[in-house]
Amino acid sequence: MSAAVASTGAAPLLSVSDLHAGYGPTRVLHGLSFALAEGSITALLGANGAGKTTALRALCAMIRADGEVRLGDTRIDALATEEIARLGVAHVPEGRGTFVNLSTEENLRLGAYARRDRAQVAADFERTYTYFPRLKERRSQQAGTLSGGEQQMLAIGRALMSRPRLLLLDEPSFGLAPLIVREIFSIMRTINRTERVTILLVEQNAAMALDLSDQAYLIETGRIVLSGSAADIRRNEAIQRVYLGY
Amino acid sequence: MSAPILMPAATGQESAASVARWVGVACVVLLCVLPFVSSNYRVFQFTLVIVYAIALLGLNILTGYNGQISLGHGAFYAIGAYVAAILMDRFGVPYWLTIPAAGLVCLVAGFLFGLPALRLEGVYLALATFALAVALPQLLKYKHLEHWTGGVQGIVIIKPDAPFGIPLNPDRWLYFFALAVGGIMFLLGRNLLNGRVGRALVAIRDHPIAASAMGINTPLYKSLAFGVSALFTGVAGALSAIAVQFVAPDSFGPFLSISLLVGMVVGGVATISGAIYGALFVQFVPNAADQISKAAPWAVYGLFLIGVIYLVPSGISGAIRSGWVRIARFRQSRARPLGG
Amino acid sequence: MQGLLHQVFSGLATGGIYASVALALVMIYRATHLVNFAQGELAMFSTYIAWSLIQAGLPYWVAFVLTVAIAFLLGGAIQYVVLRPLRSASVLSLVAVFIGLLVIFNSLAGWIFTYTIKTFPSPFPKDPPFGQYYFSAHEFGAFGVTLVVLGLLYGFFRFTPVGLAMRAAAENPQSSRLVGIRVDRMLALGWGLAAAIGAVAGMMVAPIVYLDPSMMSGILLYAFAAALLGGIDSPGGAVLGGFIIGVLENLLGAYVIGTELKLSVALAVIIGVLVVRPTGLFGQVHVTRV
Repeated sequence: MSAAVASTGAAPLLSVSDLHAGYGPTRVLHGLSFALAEGSITALLGANGAGKTTALRALCAMIRADGEVRLGDTRIDALATEEIARLGVAHVPEGRGTFVNLSTEENLRLGAYARRDRAQVAADFERTYTYFPRLKERRSQQAGTLSGGEQQMLAIGRALMSRPRLLLLDEPSFGLAPLIVREIFSIMRTINRTERVTILLVEQNAAMALDLSDQAYLIETGRIVLSGSAADIRRNEAIQRVYLGY
Repeated sequence: MSAPILMPAATGQESAASVARWVGVACVVLLCVLPFVSSNYRVFQFTLVIVYAIALLGLNILTGYNGQISLGHGAFYAIGAYVAAILMDRFGVPYWLTIPAAGLVCLVAGFLFGLPALRLEGVYLALATFALAVALPQLLKYKHLEHWTGGVQGIVIIKPDAPFGIPLNPDRWLYFFALAVGGIMFLLGRNLLNGRVGRALVAIRDHPIAASAMGINTPLYKSLAFGVSALFTGVAGALSAIAVQFVAPDSFGPFLSISLLVGMVVGGVATISGAIYGALFVQFVPNAADQISKAAPWAVYGLFLIGVIYLVPSGISGAIRSGWVRIARFRQSRARPLGG
Repeated sequence: MQGLLHQVFSGLATGGIYASVALALVMIYRATHLVNFAQGELAMFSTYIAWSLIQAGLPYWVAFVLTVAIAFLLGGAIQYVVLRPLRSASVLSLVAVFIGLLVIFNSLAGWIFTYTIKTFPSPFPKDPPFGQYYFSAHEFGAFGVTLVVLGLLYGFFRFTPVGLAMRAAAENPQSSRLVGIRVDRMLALGWGLAAAIGAVAGMMVAPIVYLDPSMMSGILLYAFAAALLGGIDSPGGAVLGGFIIGVLENLLGAYVIGTELKLSVALAVIIGVLVVRPTGLFGQVHVTRV
């Protein structure tokens, strides 16, 4: 199973090789391999239970996994979640992972916890508020009282505050109105273009994901079964039938 | 009274069963001969071992099998002891009658305590029972109850003589009496725990929601577990009052409840034999450390408690069980030809 | 009236001590969902350390600061060495370990320092302040120290990055890891702080009740009652609960039931709160999904 790499030939930011993972005795990933080009947006598509969320969790060592995972030159598969985060991987998990009892601003501040450059953090606050003005309005409000869309923005904002090299997003559109989803996706496109953040997007909403992405992978029962540019995948008849509902 | 031994489900089961039978017989013989070859003080200590074993079985029913953590079981021990002492001293009730009386009182007390305890889970119940253990001595010293409890000085009782002129000194007679009571209690306990009730208790401990979904009346079982557990511990307390000939508030402080916990964990949680091993531990091991300093026995308790949790979480009884399994496996591999 | 005021002020002073220990309990509960049964004995042991330092000739406040530092390290070490490996053990195992620690520290104190009661000095003057008779200088001073400690803690948690990280780690360890917080270190830090608070409480109460290995067991019970009353996961509630319990204890003891049943009051509060309103005054109701 060859992994799709950017045509510039540059070394991938993330390369995953033969990843096996699961929950207790249940194996979910059976030798997953793929790579992400730096600065690209990649979609990870698949049906429920195919292993998309499991893949993201395995990358961040939230579950036990076997296989080789490299961030740039560094092997990260043996590191703890917090160490991987400190290397520049920001994961916006399923369910957002909001600190519900803390304020909006405190949630964002936590995103910058591991950073050393205090001055830049203040500037990044402003930048995040520019992307998500609604968060600025609610900066002192308890995060648990924010709406679903606002919490999703907060989760992405928190991830951005860490100035990540790689942003992992687990079903950002889940439970949100289409208008909000469009807004969030356009912000992600902007972030990718202006700040060169590499994005790996797990989505059930295949159409929107393919619109946003450069590359895409299709997972079925824990293995990559299809890979290519987003445009190609979109044109693929099988995909159109099964996932895009044509 | 034999310690139950786990049978490896393999060849040699019959020979293992007959080994168990011989061990059982040997144990019974040993138990009967013991008081005649030991000093009176030793006999007294062995009597206390039986007493602790009954108390630990009681605690195990509630905490081991049913998962309700009690750090205050000393309270039921104390109630049993005081019931026995008050009945004997104030009302002249014969000693052997105080045992079932204490058991009955504690059954009711335990059940009543179990009702509000239904609302408390895990750590919270531990906290409430711990509070009970700490507050107990003060309660027992309360001057308005002094007329009954004897206040700080407590109550002194006289050790009974052997009945019908049997030629046994009081210590030895008490030992056999305790042995008989112990035998009855362990038989009761074994029938309870190895049957439907025991399985229900364990189901409630491990999968409480599934258990009630399957139709087990969880609140009833949990309160009954409290009551029965208190009954056992109360019987032990009553026996101990007769053996020690004395009850006083300061003997029933938080450290009593703690030593019961230690005995249960070291002996083996959720096992019947664990109660016996635990009782032996509680009676003999810390005392050996008494030589070093007054504080040393408690340090021993603490170290053993933590050590067991780390190294042998299933306690002595669990260690013995895995020992047997290993021996059985070894014999099996010897009996079979290689690669067969 | 004079007697009543005296009881109230005295109750506020001891209430401050209960509030401190209750706060330490709440801190550990929030991070681990466990009740630290060994909190009292740790505090008692730390107070003995202070006593030894003072006996060795160190000035009071030097010994005070040194003791707080030692207690901090001791608490962190206990979490890191003893508790971290048991992260996924059963509740019974964890409770047993806490009890084991309780017993070990109690017996260590008895072993090293013997069971004879010792006096512990108060850093505050002998004469009551402002020439009044409602409270002693020590009660006033202890109350002040308590307020300073509580204030420092509040500032730490509210305004410092590490404090924020600790709050986050206690609330949601998973998300905390995702932002790079080393949750294990935060737990050790929390334990260290709790132990340090306990040491301060012990040093403030020892001059009143005298120093012996069983000094803190009653206080621990009151602190439990205070923490539960305020809400086992609410720091503010714990503090308020502490002051309420302190005053209540004195008033009930003086006017209603006499001083012999004071521990039973704590027991009654504990059971009452757990049965009637388990979340206390300010705690949060936790809904678990089946």
